[in-house]
Amino acid sequence: MTEENVSTRFDRLPETAAERTVETRATREEVLDWWEERFGVEPAVFENYSFWERGAGKIWAFYGDLDSPVDIEGLGMTFLRTRQEHWKPTLEAIQRFGNHATKNCIHLTEEQATRFMAGEEQDIEWDGDWGYLIVTHEIAGEPEPLGVGLFTYGTLQSTVPKGRRREL
Amino acid sequence: MTTLERYEPLIDDVEAFYAACERPLPSAVRVNTIKTTIERAKTALTDSDLDFEETDWHPGLFRLPNDQPGANWPYVHGWLHGQEEVSALPARILDPQSGERIWDACAAPGSKTTQLAALMDDTGLLVATDNNMGRVSALRSNAERLGVTNLALTVEDARNHSLKPFGGGSYDRALVDVPCSCEGTIRKNPGVLDDWSVEHVQGTAGIQKGILRRAIQATREGGTVVYSTCTFAPEENEGVLDYILDAEPCQIVPFECPLESTPGITQWDEDLVTGEPTQYDESVTRAKRIYPHHNDTGGFFCAKLEVTG
Repeated sequence: MTEENVSTRFDRLPETAAERTVETRATREEVLDWWEERFGVEPAVFENYSFWERGAGKIWAFYGDLDSPVDIEGLGMTFLRTRQEHWKPTLEAIQRFGNHATKNCIHLTEEQATRFMAGEEQDIEWDGDWGYLIVTHEIAGEPEPLGVGLFTYGTLQSTVPKGRRREL
Repeated sequence: MTTLERYEPLIDDVEAFYAACERPLPSAVRVNTIKTTIERAKTALTDSDLDFEETDWHPGLFRLPNDQPGANWPYVHGWLHGQEEVSALPARILDPQSGERIWDACAAPGSKTTQLAALMDDTGLLVATDNNMGRVSALRSNAERLGVTNLALTVEDARNHSLKPFGGGSYDRALVDVPCSCEGTIRKNPGVLDDWSVEHVQGTAGIQKGILRRAIQATREGGTVVYSTCTFAPEENEGVLDYILDAEPCQIVPFECPLESTPGITQWDEDLVTGEPTQYDESVTRAKRIYPHHNDTGGFFCAKLEVTG
């Protein structure tokens, strides 16, 4: 229990807490549980993926597996931030896997989705949980996950990273 | 003599060639089938009032007859990626399959890398290397926007590529789309000829040979390597292929090119690397030269090799 996270390389998440060697590191079990509890995404969706930490609390999802640690520049996609008390999925993970979600998804109108992608905060009706929500809107006739919003006190804050914001 | 004049003896229709080089390059986008279907992307483009024409040789590769589009919903969802039409060729010729191990040797900024990932259905292992950290950041951001998960990315000189992080096993296929003199991009980047020099051609050809060698070495027997450039210079095309036939166990194999092209050339009187009129191996005619006037694209060179040992 004395090892520290090495922020420049990829270390595979331990399966369970019993196998944990870096105290602050999330486990695969916790990550799968979190996606299921928060968004109803079944663990089977991630069956073929391994999870890695590079950067403190920055979790990456990679198709397949490699021997850990891996000292390279990128491994799959950034997937989840576990550093704060409330874990936050990345926009990329939501766009890629969010269509498997069954709860905590908020569907926006075209106008609301436009404000969301511009990075704006907006007042919104929502009876569900507070915290990070999957934001969807309709494209090509079906709802599609767009990104992550933070709902508190009747407002939806856009967490779209600056580089991904667009005026549509 | 201007840079392009040296290629006149190689070109089937010199007048059409110069006329095409003067015209701006049409915009094109590729549908990212990792995140959507071609049908849904077409619906989304239509709903966004974006005109498009489907190319007849690559599913989901569209020409945009109007200017480069601004921000639009299908782009924001990672359903589309701007990619020059001719640059979609080498990944198609490489033809990677689901579950295979693939190496993209000079990957950034990642148009071809992400196309490879899509052709692999985002499964297997796709290793991408590039020696420029800034360009690798651009690659990572493109790959993330397009939802690629099978990608392992390293910053290294492809000539010294290490298989160690990936368990040491060889690749099924490798794409070697090397840095080059880039005259073929003149329609997109009219200033490209300003940087052209004899020394650059000579130096670049040396690097290209080193990268192609490493790719042959790192690919299994019977595996496929595709070599491509966007230069017309035989020193960087047929000259590199002629070299590799002697240097490593491989052969150049025929392939069907879905775009209009001419065969690789076997005789080049101006060879800047050998410094004398040079004859290349007959099998380099299996490679394809694509000039801008052939398909109204950029210029390109593409060869398919099989590893034989």
